[in-house]
Amino acid sequence: MRPDTASIEVASQSITLDHSGAAWLMKTGDLLVADLHFEKGSAFAARGQGLLPPYDTAETLGRLEKACARLKPNRVICLGDTLHDLAGEARMADGDRRRLARLVEKHDWVWIAGNHDPAPPADFGGSSTNELRVDDLVLCHDVAERAPDAGIAVGEVCGHYHPKATVRVRGQRISGRCFATDGRRLILPAFGAFAGGLNAREPAIARLMSGRFRVYLIGPSGLFAFWHDQLVPDPKWAA
Amino acid sequence: MHSKLPTALSDWFASRGWVPHTHQLAMLDAATEGRSALLIAPTGGGKTLAGFLPSLVELTDAYPTPDGLHTLYISPLKALAVDIHRNLEIPIAEMGLPIRAETRTGDTPQAKRQRQRRTPPQMLMTTPESLALLLSYEDAAEIFGRLRCVIVDELHALENNKRGDLLALGLSRLAGLAPDARRVGLSATVAQPDRLRRWLSPTRDAGDVSLVLGEAGVEPRIEVLETAVEMPWSGHMGAHAMPEVYARLRDGGTTIVFVNTRAQAEIVFQELWRLNESGLRIALHHGSLAPEQRHKVEAAMARGDLDAVVATSSLDLGVDWAAVDLVIQVGAPKGSTRLLQRAGRSNHQMDSPSHAVLVPANRFEVLECRAAVEAIRAQTLDGIPARPGGMDVLAQHILGTACSGPLDRDALYAEVRTAGPYTDLPREDFDDVFEFVATGGYALGGYKKFQRLFRTSTGTYEIASRTAVRDYRMNVGTIVEAPTLKVCLGRGRVLGEVEENFVNYLTKGDTFVFSGRLLEFVEVRKTSVIARPGKGAAPAVPAYVGGRLPLSSHLADRVRTILSDPKTWADLPEQVANWLDVQRWRSILPPRDGLLVETFSRANKHYLVAYCFEGRNAHQTLGMLLTRRMERAGLNPLGFVATDYVIGLWSTKSCKAADIDALFDEDMLGDDLEAWMADSSMLKRTFRNVAVIAGLIQRHHPGAQKTRRQVTFNSDLIYDVLRSHEPNHILLRATRADAGAGLTDVRRLSAMLARVRGRITHCHLDRVSPLAVPILLEIGRESVYGAAIDELLGESAEALISEAMDNAVTKELGFDAA
Repeated sequence: MRPDTASIEVASQSITLDHSGAAWLMKTGDLLVADLHFEKGSAFAARGQGLLPPYDTAETLGRLEKACARLKPNRVICLGDTLHDLAGEARMADGDRRRLARLVEKHDWVWIAGNHDPAPPADFGGSSTNELRVDDLVLCHDVAERAPDAGIAVGEVCGHYHPKATVRVRGQRISGRCFATDGRRLILPAFGAFAGGLNAREPAIARLMSGRFRVYLIGPSGLFAFWHDQLVPDPKWAA
Repeated sequence: MHSKLPTALSDWFASRGWVPHTHQLAMLDAATEGRSALLIAPTGGGKTLAGFLPSLVELTDAYPTPDGLHTLYISPLKALAVDIHRNLEIPIAEMGLPIRAETRTGDTPQAKRQRQRRTPPQMLMTTPESLALLLSYEDAAEIFGRLRCVIVDELHALENNKRGDLLALGLSRLAGLAPDARRVGLSATVAQPDRLRRWLSPTRDAGDVSLVLGEAGVEPRIEVLETAVEMPWSGHMGAHAMPEVYARLRDGGTTIVFVNTRAQAEIVFQELWRLNESGLRIALHHGSLAPEQRHKVEAAMARGDLDAVVATSSLDLGVDWAAVDLVIQVGAPKGSTRLLQRAGRSNHQMDSPSHAVLVPANRFEVLECRAAVEAIRAQTLDGIPARPGGMDVLAQHILGTACSGPLDRDALYAEVRTAGPYTDLPREDFDDVFEFVATGGYALGGYKKFQRLFRTSTGTYEIASRTAVRDYRMNVGTIVEAPTLKVCLGRGRVLGEVEENFVNYLTKGDTFVFSGRLLEFVEVRKTSVIARPGKGAAPAVPAYVGGRLPLSSHLADRVRTILSDPKTWADLPEQVANWLDVQRWRSILPPRDGLLVETFSRANKHYLVAYCFEGRNAHQTLGMLLTRRMERAGLNPLGFVATDYVIGLWSTKSCKAADIDALFDEDMLGDDLEAWMADSSMLKRTFRNVAVIAGLIQRHHPGAQKTRRQVTFNSDLIYDVLRSHEPNHILLRATRADAGAGLTDVRRLSAMLARVRGRITHCHLDRVSPLAVPILLEIGRESVYGAAIDELLGESAEALISEAMDNAVTKELGFDAA
């Protein structure tokens, strides 16, 4: 069996990286997920950009339900961009709404605001905030948006960047979502089914890390650790 | 002079000292009867004129010359449309005919397009994509209402692919707008002419299309080059034979050197220039080069300013050059039809034979070249399996039709079924595609409010928004290119395009060969690769791969026959015959109808080599399936490598004789195939193409210009989600159908597995056999498949790839081979 979790430390706090793309704080029983981007498919359809399959919310919910069933967290913390856009909540299918409501009901639930969803969903309960402190960790959507005075010794966990990694093995390129961490910061992969990715070697991600950093690539059934300089960068696409 | 020709035309023929060919007059007869016609003739011999002659006659006879579009000419190549137009202007000008002929392609300026819509010329030369676009205009009925003739050139190159589907649907539309228009197909020699007739027929009945055969040319003279140096054991480049090829160029007059891949074109071109003591004018032509550069080469060739051009399939179609004296094919031809067509590029005089030289790149290719020569002599061609029309193309067509005006669903279904590839289209499939176009076609009906087509109270369907019309027009067409980047020399000249995948492998300072130059990679800027002239002799990074055609079943069959019968070896080159002799001694020869499987061990790895001869693609599929099966049997397979002839697998545990039959059991094509296909990147790539063509994902939309990279990524996510939530969605069905047909191979595999059942000969050897050497040498050169992705990741996470094992094998094999 491949290891499907990895135990790491961020600012001396131990965190378990889960194959699902979630992070798990065993001590407090907190489950961390980022960038669910509910209703991204219907957002495209509403803008006339193609009738993408309307199943991304259901798929993402399924992943979340599975992770919750397996890890039985006390609290679920969504690190922002839970909804792809503010109108997304209204487009959500009834079945999906009920499933999300059940999840929120069963756990303590925290919505951290993201750039796509500056306000939390209105109908599901839970509490909302811009950032949350758990022991020595600060949880937020985008570390780059935090005030510069916000604590030095603490670790930070965020989403927003949708990191993915590409490695070259025996002439094949293998890509997947990944976690990225330098021991002080941890960036979670996007949890949402339709959320794209940004190469972890892009400056937007690399500049948040100090020096050489670790990347945990999510393979088909396991997590695989690399140093960032072992990854294949993308060609540079300028705007 | 023929009485059917008006004086102007017969005088023109006479002034040139020509007499109309029989097939030209036969085309005229068919047209006079109002019948559609298919002309099959080798290149040369006035095929294009035969297509246009009836139209010229009609337009000359009529007085005054009728206004409006009379003849539509469709070519798969823009360049060909332009060239045909130029050629047609000659008789028009010389006879002083009051006929306006024009070209319309993606390159035609906007103002000219507008004018062509308002006052169409009598003759219009265009491409399938431009036709689709014209048909999507609201005034399509006015543009095409007076059409009398549609000419489809190079029909053999369109009949069996998605561009052909698009064209067939366009023709079905045209038949609705201009019921009296007859159709004319022009094709090179093909194995199944009746299939082309059915494709072309407006009534689905091949009998409604007259078949006209051009005079058969003299049988081509084709030889296999016998090299004086050692024949390579593996590889596809043929570099060893370049001095001999160069000698032919020096003596041979104007020559086209055909190769199989772009990478090979670059290498052959470099090698020939390195040897070019006589200062021959040698040029390069392949699909990645900038269009201007290709046009320059074509023009120089037409003027007779070149001694040789190294070309890929980019020159398979198109402009005739009467002046080509010799065709050299480097690397095995992969099929007899293709060889015949390539050989026909030389010497377009009908009365003298065309001359071609085959240059095998390795030992197996010697056998394949021999098989191809025999096939040409026996006049047997490769049959290409028919495939039904693509559902994605149908979706595009439905949207395009809606763009031109309100549509009646039942009438459209009836019309679509008159298109050759859609003759057997079930109503359910049509309805599913229609629903996809209208609302996305998802079982979860959440998208009703975002529909693209809405149903009016009279029951017709109308396009819902101008945005949808604009998106259709920006995305029309079926060619989904792999993402590419421009290659620029410094800040200046664009040399052409390379696939992004290749660029991903480059780091600053790497040298590579492109456009016949050694280049040094500097950086990627926006969507361009910036390079500068490289220094040093050999490129550090070999050029990109891809574009290789698999061996045709027909040639494979002939190769097996040669191999199994030592009596036929007498005229093989000595070193090849020796190689086969040693095989007989060390192992056995692959049997004609059965399957030889060899196993042996080396360096703690256990190898299994199977001589299937079903082509690379089929072997890759087989490799995936065998690997899965070996995994389940606990043999711990590590990987496999496939060539056109052979598949080789290796594992840490050895495969017992008793397991072999079970390993190759036919039932692997059931669940295993399903499971593998669902996961494979091949299916995801196919889905991406389907999604783009069907309009689920847009290549281009204004404002937010997407990089093509993003298209790729999104389509994978969509694929995964759609597969788990609506596995039977029409686009997934279309993807599976395409994957099955696109790789041909599942059918080939199943035929092979059935054929060899109970006839597998297993030889356990104490060492590698001579015939197995080539495949082992491919390890490390070809990309290696198999070994689950997790396995690969695990391997590299610890210590990055070690080639040591491969080197050891190579060294030892070198010893073995001596």
